[in-house]
Order: sequence, then structure tokens, then C-alpha cells
Amino acid sequence: METKPDINIDRSIGDFHYDIDYEFDAGIGLTEKTIDYISDVKKDPDWIRAFRKEALRKFNSMPMPTHWASPDLENIVFENIRYYLSQGTQPKRSWDDVPEDVKRTFERLGIPEQERKFLAGVEAQFDSEAAYSNIKAAVGDQGVIFVGSTEGLQKHPEIFKKWFGKVIPTGDNKFSALNSAVFSGGSFIYIPPGVKVKHPLQAYFRINAENFGQFERTLIIADEGSEVMYMEGCTAPKFETSTLHSAVVELVALKGAKIQYITVQNWSANVFNLVTKRGLAHEEAEIKWIDCNIGSRLTMKYPGVIMKGRKARGEVISIALAGDGQHQDTGAKMVHAADETTSNIVSKSISLGSGRSTYRGLVQIGRHLKGCKNNTECDALLINTESRTDTYPAITVRGKENACQHEASVSKISAEQIFYMQQRGISEAAAMSLAVNGFVNDLVQQFPMEYSVELKRLIDLEMEGSVG
Amino acid sequence: MSLKIENLHANIGDRQILKGLNLEVPKGEVHAIMGKNGSGKSTLAKVMAGHPDYVVSGGSVTLDGLNLFEMEEPDQRARAGLFVAFQYPMEVPGVTIANFIRAALQARLPQGGELDAVEYYQHLYEKMDLLGIDRKFTSRAVNEGFSGGEKKRCEILQMAMLNPVYAVLDETDSGLDIDALKIVSQGVNAMRSPERGLLVITHYQRLLDYIVPDVVHVMVDGRIVMSGDKTLAHKLEANGYDWVEKDIAQTA
Repeated sequence: METKPDINIDRSIGDFHYDIDYEFDAGIGLTEKTIDYISDVKKDPDWIRAFRKEALRKFNSMPMPTHWASPDLENIVFENIRYYLSQGTQPKRSWDDVPEDVKRTFERLGIPEQERKFLAGVEAQFDSEAAYSNIKAAVGDQGVIFVGSTEGLQKHPEIFKKWFGKVIPTGDNKFSALNSAVFSGGSFIYIPPGVKVKHPLQAYFRINAENFGQFERTLIIADEGSEVMYMEGCTAPKFETSTLHSAVVELVALKGAKIQYITVQNWSANVFNLVTKRGLAHEEAEIKWIDCNIGSRLTMKYPGVIMKGRKARGEVISIALAGDGQHQDTGAKMVHAADETTSNIVSKSISLGSGRSTYRGLVQIGRHLKGCKNNTECDALLINTESRTDTYPAITVRGKENACQHEASVSKISAEQIFYMQQRGISEAAAMSLAVNGFVNDLVQQFPMEYSVELKRLIDLEMEGSVG
Repeated sequence: MSLKIENLHANIGDRQILKGLNLEVPKGEVHAIMGKNGSGKSTLAKVMAGHPDYVVSGGSVTLDGLNLFEMEEPDQRARAGLFVAFQYPMEVPGVTIANFIRAALQARLPQGGELDAVEYYQHLYEKMDLLGIDRKFTSRAVNEGFSGGEKKRCEILQMAMLNPVYAVLDETDSGLDIDALKIVSQGVNAMRSPERGLLVITHYQRLLDYIVPDVVHVMVDGRIVMSGDKTLAHKLEANGYDWVEKDIAQTA
């Protein structure tokens, strides 16, 4: 078990912020002027400026989805949010050139150290823009592109324009429309045909400012037969007011390509985390989302895969931990659009205290298709009597030769189990942590080593104080 | 130096199960409690361990003079040196035996102490070999999908690793075939030591052929009603528990 002093240090790991002089600030509220400001600062091409404005119109015209989602969404006051804050749009290639306060932030979060140890490339976003972005020379020499979305748009317009907004249309939902209007930051990645990137590429998203919205936009294109693993981490300090994080992530896996996208988020409890993530898998391609949601006030996130080509594969592995007062509304979407496509969803959620976890799953297999398979497993663990979990599966399977399997379970950690562990000398809190780690253990195994250790530590932290 | 139970009374709900139980297991000795189903044998083990369903309504249990009931949490009692091998050990899904025992050992270290992983595994493998447990077991979740015999071996493995001062073995023989019984008994006998007291709870005399007790106690309706040497177990086996009850009725 973790010792106390370690825990105390860890607890504050993301909860700090520095006062920064922002060179660019779009001010408070969202109008066409805000968009013009962002487009001017970023020197957007005209088609992007028009794209943003059209998205703003859609955002304004779409209702909040509170007819099915949490009414807590109504508490987001869009007029009070700052939509763009940066110290410039050009990320640095060396940590030495990153402004001192920003560099200090990422050093405290351990990013440069991880980069040296096990990453092929890193992008570190601070509020609206990447402060640092670099890939190891060996990876760059293979033709791999790993830059921020602004740089991707400017330097690689031919690839960018071809795929941008094609997997997730602007009007997919109110928050994808919002992101499309004010997006800034996020990663643009292109892996050339046949290139297999050995080490993970990592992005780190850091919110530093209060009353702020972070709207990164990530686009990853894995060309034929290539492979890439991308990991993202996120933190924010604990503010009195709420913070909005609304990302759009689009993945494109061309024939035979493999993309693994791993998220370990550890948002503070004031963050609304409303994210749209979807991948397009061509023939024999494979897209796997490994998604771990810890923290935030409300998370709504349903990573999806559209299996467009024959024998494409989609997978979502998700762990959600809803702490006291938090709501993790997560799930997966699997759209089978070609023969012999297979998908797998494994979702495990843990609700602590008054925490609530919701699973929403959508599986579609069309009438004309054959040989498609989906497997869905969702398991929920409730820790306290007031903890809550709900499951909303929507499965549409047409056609004759398709198979779909759905299993769901809800369990509680029994008093007998805790007693048994305590009889071995393990404290009640440590026993709870052990049981929760055991519950997600098979999924944690799928994370890269460095992340699974981090994940176990985060779970132990969240468990602390939930007993008694 | 002993495990001393004095005038112990305990209830579950409104039902009184232990009704003034007295027993002392001196360090270095092995005692056995025999009794019919429902006589309160398993309750005794759980009450000592601090199971939340039982309420102690009188009496005391001391470990070398240390009052067990002053320690509220079961884990405090365990760390004070008490181990219970359960008749029906719980499953702990997803937690491997190696991690489980490691967490239990870690809980006994002073704050900030770290277990040496290499030494730990050496020690674990040594005890596993002694109990004839396959090395593959270390990565299996505690008791999950185990056979009855595997569960019992796993309990004894934990006991061997945690090195308690006093251990209570509750029906450790149930669900074991004769070969498994021999191995488990061997493991228990290896733990006999002048530094440790063992209390073996059993329904049948069979186990006591392998774990030979210094003293045998007979439990009837929440009390120890008769004590004697190992021959008492054979007498019970030959004459049945009714004989004890008749015998008590006569002497009363």
C-alpha cells in the first residue's frame, strides 16, 4: 500500500497554478467577434474562418441535450467563459525556450522526464496553445508528422483539409459544434504507409486559467499498414468556478493501419468534460480507444469507431471512477458499416460516495451486412449506499449472420470481503482500494506499464477518504 | 503467555451463541476444539477476529495479556498477531495471491517501509513448495475459482507468510481429500513452534491424526464442557457427541 507522505504529495499534483501574462486573450463570452479574434491570432485561412462561423451558428441553434443528458449542463454559463488564452501560437521545440512558468508547470507534472524515459514525441498544451512540441529525430526521419493543429493546418493543408471534420461533422452534437467554432491546440498526426512507431506519442493538456474553456482538436491519420499509439493526459487546478473542456478527436485508420488512443484524465472536480471522440476504420484497420476517466464534475464521452471497410475492428476499453459529487457519463459507439467487422466494448465503472456512473452504448449492425460481431461487457461497482449507476445500451442488429453479445453486471464490495482482507492485517481503506484495483485489474493490464502504475495511484487517491 | 478466553458471551442479532466460554491456549501448544454443527465453533473464530455481524456481550479475549476487544478493527487484531484460517474463505476478484499477501505484509511494516520484492518472492515460493502449491498460483486471484482444497491450502499459505503468534484454524480439513489433508497438515505442523499457539477447530477426529493436539476441548452449546488429552478425540469418534452430553448430564 502507498504510504501517507506519498499520498499527500500526489494529492496536490495537478492542483496548482501560476499567474500568467497572456499575450492573447479573446475576452469573456462567445460571439462572431471572438471567432474573428481567434482566426486573426492564428492566421487562419478563410475556409477555416468560415468553418468556425458556420459552427457557431450551429452551436447557437442547437438545444442543450438535457432531454437525455444531465441537467447539470444548464449550469454552464457560456457568457462567462474565456475562449482563447495564449502566449503565442508557436510551440517551442526545446524545453529551454518554453517560458519559465509554463515550463515549471510541466516539470511539476513530470512531462519532460517521461519524454526522456519512454516517449517518441510530446506535445504540451497550456490553455489554448501548445507551449512545446517535439518528436525524436528518428521518428521524424520516418516521415511521421506530430505537430499542433494550427501548425498542421498551416504546413500540411493537403492532408489536413482532406480529413478535418470528416469523421465528426460539426453538428454531430452541441459540443462538437462549439469545439468546431473555437478550436485551438490539440495534435495533428500523420503516420506514413507502413511506418510502425515503436514508442508512444504523448500529448498533455493543462488548464491553468480560471473561467476558461479548453477546446483542443486532434486529428490522427494512420496511412496504410502503419501503427501508432497516442496517449493523452490532462489536469487542471481546483478553482471555485467551473472550467469547460470540450475536445474533438478524429482518427482515421487507412487500410490495415492500427491506432491505439489512450486517455488518462485526472480533472479537478470543477471541470465540465464534454468530449467527442470517433475513429474511422478502413479495410482491416483497427482502432482501439483505451479511456480512463477520473475526476471532473461531469464527463460526457462516448468514444466510437465507424468500421467502414471489410474486416475492420473497433474496440473501446473504458474505466470510469465517479467520486463523491461527480458524474461519469461514458460509453461507446460502434457502427458496423461493412461485412465481417468486429467490435468489442468493455466498460467498468466505480461509483464512490454520491458519485454516479452512467454507461451509454450504441451498437449498430446494418441489415445488408454479414459476419459482423459485437461483444459488450459493462460492469459497475458501487462502493457506498448512496452511490449510483445506470446502463443505457442501444443495440440495433439487423441482417441474419451477425452476432451480438451483451453482458452487464452491478456489484458491491461485500462487508465479508472487507472483513476477510482486514483479518489479514489490511486496513479497511486499503482493503477497499485493493478491491477496486482488483475490479479493474484486467483492464489496467492493457495500459502501458508507466500508465498502469499511474492509474493505480490515482485510484488509491480517489479511494482515500471514501471509507468511514 | 497465552491466548486466553474468559467467560466469553456473544450474539448474532437476538440469538446468543457463545454462553460463557473459557479456554486457554499457552504459547507453544496446539489445542483442538471439537463439537457438533451449531455448537458455536465457527462463531468463536469470527468473534475473536472481529466480524462485524457479532456482538460481544461479555467476557474477554487476551493475546499475551493484550485485550483483543480494545482493538476495534479486525486489521488491528490481525496485526497484533491473530490469524484465522476460515472455513469458507472469501474470493477477492482481480487481486492476485502475490499482491494480496504482499499488501498484508506491507501493512505490518512501519510507515514508509518497503518490502524487498526479491526476498518476498523467495519466501513466498519456499512456502508454496512446502504446501505443494503450483507457482502459477501467485498470479491467480485470491480464492477465485479455487477448489475447496485449493482454498484451504491458500489459507495455510497466508498463515505461513504472515507468521502469526496465535492462529485459529476453522474446519481446515473440510473439503480435503486424504492427500490434500496430509499436505495441509504438514504445512500446519511446520508452523508448530514454542513461539506460537494454535487452535484447531474441527468436526472430525480425522484431522487430529495428522495435527496431533496437546489438548482437546469439547464444545457444546456455546461452552467448553470437557477437556482432555488427544485420546479424548478418539473417545468422541467412537461414542459420538451424544455421549458427551449424557456424561455432562450425569455429572451435573
